[in-house]
Amino acid sequence: MNDIVLALGEALRLIGGLDAKLTGIVVLSLEISLSAVAIAAVLGLPLGAVIAVERFAGRQALIVLLNALMGLPPVVVGLLVYLMLSRAGPLGPLGLLFTPTAMVVAQSILILPIIAALSRQVIEDAWREYEEQLRSLGARRFDAALTLMWDTRFSLVTVVLAGFGRAAAEVGAVIIVGGNIDGVTRVMTTTIALETSKGDLPLALGLGMILVGLVLALNGIAHSIREAVQRRYG
Amino acid sequence: MLPLRLENVSFAIGGRRIIDSVSVEIAGGPRTVILGPNGAGKSVLMRLCHGLFEPTSGAIEWRGAGVNGRPRQQAMVFQRPVMLRRSALGNVLYGMRLAGVARGECDLRARDMLEVVGLAHVTDRPARVLSGGEQQRLALARAWALNPEVLFLDEPTANLDPAATREIETIIGAIHAGGTKIIMTTHNLGQARRLADEILFIHEGRLVERAPVGEFFAGPASAEARSFIKGELPW
Repeated sequence: MNDIVLALGEALRLIGGLDAKLTGIVVLSLEISLSAVAIAAVLGLPLGAVIAVERFAGRQALIVLLNALMGLPPVVVGLLVYLMLSRAGPLGPLGLLFTPTAMVVAQSILILPIIAALSRQVIEDAWREYEEQLRSLGARRFDAALTLMWDTRFSLVTVVLAGFGRAAAEVGAVIIVGGNIDGVTRVMTTTIALETSKGDLPLALGLGMILVGLVLALNGIAHSIREAVQRRYG
Repeated sequence: MLPLRLENVSFAIGGRRIIDSVSVEIAGGPRTVILGPNGAGKSVLMRLCHGLFEPTSGAIEWRGAGVNGRPRQQAMVFQRPVMLRRSALGNVLYGMRLAGVARGECDLRARDMLEVVGLAHVTDRPARVLSGGEQQRLALARAWALNPEVLFLDEPTANLDPAATREIETIIGAIHAGGTKIIMTTHNLGQARRLADEILFIHEGRLVERAPVGEFFAGPASAEARSFIKGELPW
C-alpha cells in the first residue's frame, strides 16, 4: 500500500513538472494513434457506407468477416506487419520496421475493421429509414452513401472514438513493430509495460493516469460537441 | 408522360399477393384518390407506380417511356416524411440538386417554395426539429420544388391533427391548380370527398371500383365499397 502511495506521489510530481521524457512519450503516442485513426477513418467510413447501401455477392460474408476482425488481437496484427516489414519480408526494403510509421500502419490495420464494421451498422440502420425517400428523390447509391454519412455524422463520431480508444490502449502491435526503442518508438502503453516489469512504478503509474485522462478528455469533448450539435440539428 | 397505364400488375412478397392483377389507365387532370381500408394495398400500388417496387408480373407504362421505365418528372410525399439532418432550406435544395436543377436557380426557387407552404420563418431551422405538420409541409415543398408532372401522396395527413391536415389539403389543392397531376391514397372518407375528382377503390389488392367522386359516394357499385363507406366511424 505504501508503495502505491509513494508511486502516486512521484507520478503526480512527474506530471506536474512536465517531465521532458514523459512529455515526449505522450506526444509520440498521440501522434501515432491519431494518425492511425485518421487513416482508418478516411478508409473505413466510406467502406462502411458502401457496404451498407450496396448489394453484391459475398456481402453477408464480408460483414461477418469485418465484425469478426473487430476482435483482432493486436499482437497478431503486430506479427503480420512485422513479417511484411522485416528485412526478409516483401516490404523490407522500405526500412520501416522499428519506426513510428510502422506503428501507425499496424494500428491503422487494427482499427480499420472497427470503424468500417461499426459505421456499416450505423449507416445501414439509417438507410433503412431513408431508402424510399432518397430513391424517390432520384438518389443513386453513391449519392445515398454520401448523404447517409453526413446524416449519421454524430454517430460516426462515436465510431471514430471507439477506434481511437482501441489504438491508444493497445500495446501488443506497437511493441512488436516499434520495438519500444527509447526516444524513438516508445509510447505510453509500451513504457507502462516495460517500467512495470523493471519496477519503476511511478513512471508507469503516471503514464497510466495520463493515458486514462487523455482518453477521458477526448471522449468528453467529443460528447459535448455531439450533444450541442445534435440538439441544434435534431 | 401521362397517361399512366397498368396492365395486369401483380405484386407478391413471400408468395402472398399484395396487389392482384390491377389494370387501369390514369390520365392527366383530375385528382385521383386511391381509397380503401388499411392493408388493402394502396401504398404498395402507389410505390409500384412511382417505381420504388418492381411488379412481380404485369407492366407499368408511362407515355414516352419504355416498359417499367420511370420518368423523372414525378415526386412522392410519404406518410412519414424523412427529413435530412440539415435546415429546412437544405432539404428543399437537396431534392433540386439531385434532380439536376441549375445551381443558380435553386436557392431562389427553394425559398419561394418555403414561402408558399408557409415555412419562410423556419428556413434556416433544422428540419428534424420542426413539428409533424411543418415537416409534412416541408416534404410537400421539397416535392413541389421539382415541378413534377405527377405527385404521389401516400396518406399525407394520417399522422396529423385537423388544423395541420387542413393546411396540407390546401397546399395539395394549390399544387393541383398549378398543373400537377395528383395521385393520392387515403383511408379517410372525408378527405376523399374533399380532395378527389375520381376514386379508385382498392380492396384486398384488387381494383374493385373506379368512379367519379360524386357517383362513388352517392351509390357505390360494389358490395365492398358499400360496406367500407357504411363502416366509417361517425367522427
